[in-house]
Amino acid sequence: MHIMSSLAKIGTWFDRRLQLAAPIREAAEHPIPRNTSSWWYVFGSAALTVFILQIVTGILLALVYVPSGAEAWSSLQALNHDITLGWFIRAMHGWGSNFMVAIVLIHMVQVFLFGAYKFPRELTWIIGVFLLLMTLGMAFSGQVLRFDQDAYWGLGIGASIASRVPILGPSIVKLMLGGPIIAGATLSRFFALHVFVIPGLLIGFVGLHVLMVLKLGINEWPMPGRIVKRATYVSEYHELTQKDGVPFFSYGAWKDMFFAAFIILAVAACALYFGTFGPSGRPDPTIIQTVPKPDYFFLWLYALLSLLPPSLETPVLLIGPVLAIAGLLLLPFLSGEGEKSWKRRPIAVLTVLLIAITLGTFTHLAGYTPWSPHMNAWSGDPVPHRYIHDSTALERQGALVFQVKQCRNCHSLGESGGQRGPALDSVAVRLTQDQLIRQVIQGGGNMPAYGKNLSPAETTAMVAFLETLHPNGEPPARDASRDLALSDENQSGVKPHGVRLPGVKP
Amino acid sequence: MATKPALAPPTDAAISRRGFLMKLGILLNAVAASLVAVPVVGFLLSSITRGRGNGYLSWVPLGKVSEFPEGETRLATFQNPYVMPTDGKTAETACWVRRIAGEQFQVFAVNCAHLGCPVRWFPQSALFMCPCHGGAYYQDGSRASGPPERGLFEYPYKIENGLITIQAGELPTPGAAIAELTAGKKPCIS
Repeated sequence: MHIMSSLAKIGTWFDRRLQLAAPIREAAEHPIPRNTSSWWYVFGSAALTVFILQIVTGILLALVYVPSGAEAWSSLQALNHDITLGWFIRAMHGWGSNFMVAIVLIHMVQVFLFGAYKFPRELTWIIGVFLLLMTLGMAFSGQVLRFDQDAYWGLGIGASIASRVPILGPSIVKLMLGGPIIAGATLSRFFALHVFVIPGLLIGFVGLHVLMVLKLGINEWPMPGRIVKRATYVSEYHELTQKDGVPFFSYGAWKDMFFAAFIILAVAACALYFGTFGPSGRPDPTIIQTVPKPDYFFLWLYALLSLLPPSLETPVLLIGPVLAIAGLLLLPFLSGEGEKSWKRRPIAVLTVLLIAITLGTFTHLAGYTPWSPHMNAWSGDPVPHRYIHDSTALERQGALVFQVKQCRNCHSLGESGGQRGPALDSVAVRLTQDQLIRQVIQGGGNMPAYGKNLSPAETTAMVAFLETLHPNGEPPARDASRDLALSDENQSGVKPHGVRLPGVKP
Repeated sequence: MATKPALAPPTDAAISRRGFLMKLGILLNAVAASLVAVPVVGFLLSSITRGRGNGYLSWVPLGKVSEFPEGETRLATFQNPYVMPTDGKTAETACWVRRIAGEQFQVFAVNCAHLGCPVRWFPQSALFMCPCHGGAYYQDGSRASGPPERGLFEYPYKIENGLITIQAGELPTPGAAIAELTAGKKPCIS
């Protein structure tokens, strides 16, 4: 009892000077609409929780990490292998990053579908858009600090995109890289961005964001038919919180608490089970045997960049982000009033679904990159045995040419090999002999022309092999007029030479 | 008994002494901020201004001509001309050297003209292939297929005392000075 009263005295002493107890109590116990003490409202506080976790693990990593082009990679190796639990802190920070992006996105979708961006919370939404951009900025700059091959070539991709800006492009590249090439200065400036600039802005904007939620009140549970009007909304909301309101602490707060703990444990579990992200190979630009790939949340962009037609790429890259961000910022002004409930906003629901499916599909495609040649297929994936069984010497020679000339890097046989071009398991059904020869020599349809790199003998052998590639019982394609033409030539006494190439004896 | 008011009432007609000093104070801060902004902006933009013209480009040796067999394409590396102590391995750059015949060369950047990934040379099919988005180039660097809009970037070269040297120093991106040095030389073949 004596201790308790002493503590109370100390507390009173501090509060007399700080005068924070009353405003904190007021903020904690501010009335919220009863329906909002829901599990749907936990994502904002969860994002804040992961952000705090990122600050803590980030500071811990900074105790060891060296932001130098020469030493960053080795310091990450030391964290992974030499320093007690260094790997765990790295894994927490890496998984925390993925969780933060995911939770921020979920939070945004929830806010959008619940109409929370409408009057009078427009500015809260706009600040939220900046928070999303900063979160993505943290994810990208964090990937750069993991200074490995992916980071190095990822910067090259970023620089190539930036260089396409008209007039200012080359200057933006040098500003971004801190010099003419990707090097030590590049890492240093991304370190400054990741550790000082963006986190500082994030802390400031998160503070504003939370302050506005407290000042304007949490968005009420949307009811179909309850229309937002600028003239009446504030008094209606006031009535909702005063008549049917409950104090935030602890009606809503306990769910936030539970979810925050769950998220922290989930990050830790992923860190324990899946471990750290890289680093992959040393960032040595002279090692070119590398297949750079971005982190998970940028995979969709990686896919988009390979699927866009070349002529559309630069406009989409430069105008797309401007339109997307402008759209997000203007949203509360375009539909600041009206229905909040997703049940009465089919276009909103469809937009979310469309974006989610598009991004999901691109991300899925980027998981197995069907557009990339398989660099080792020509030497690593043998021609399936059944395709050269009972074949002639010429056809076998053709199979050999097919492998050696790296055709396999883009064309699969028996479901192994590249997927850049069509699978060739039944190519003979689709193309006649003449068409095969033409395609191989002239290329076209996104295939290089091999005319200069194949001797006539090699072409003949390879086409002979390709002509055997048809399913049993399905005859190969043939030119119906060819037999007729050949028989005409026979009758008129002209020696048939057909399509045999010069230098090859039929 | 008349007492002096604690705060003088604002007078519309004349500028008070305090009002004037406040405005002067703001003006002084604006002057100070502008003066300090000059070196701050100069420092921030130094990576751009330093590279004005061909500022970052210079001639670097790749090796003896005899190291590159005629009719073959080989990977060579060079030290970047502009180096910082913290660069480590990133101060080095790779390039593809094609010796056509005699002193006739082509030196390509490893960076794909699409988005800068490192292209690999396949001598059997005489193609450069990019692992990222599937760009492919013929042996003379011209575009063969895939998303690139142009051929590989080429470094200008010269032969001196049996050494092949190239003009390099900038990351080859579509807008970089290096791209303009050899721009328009190669038609696209598709």
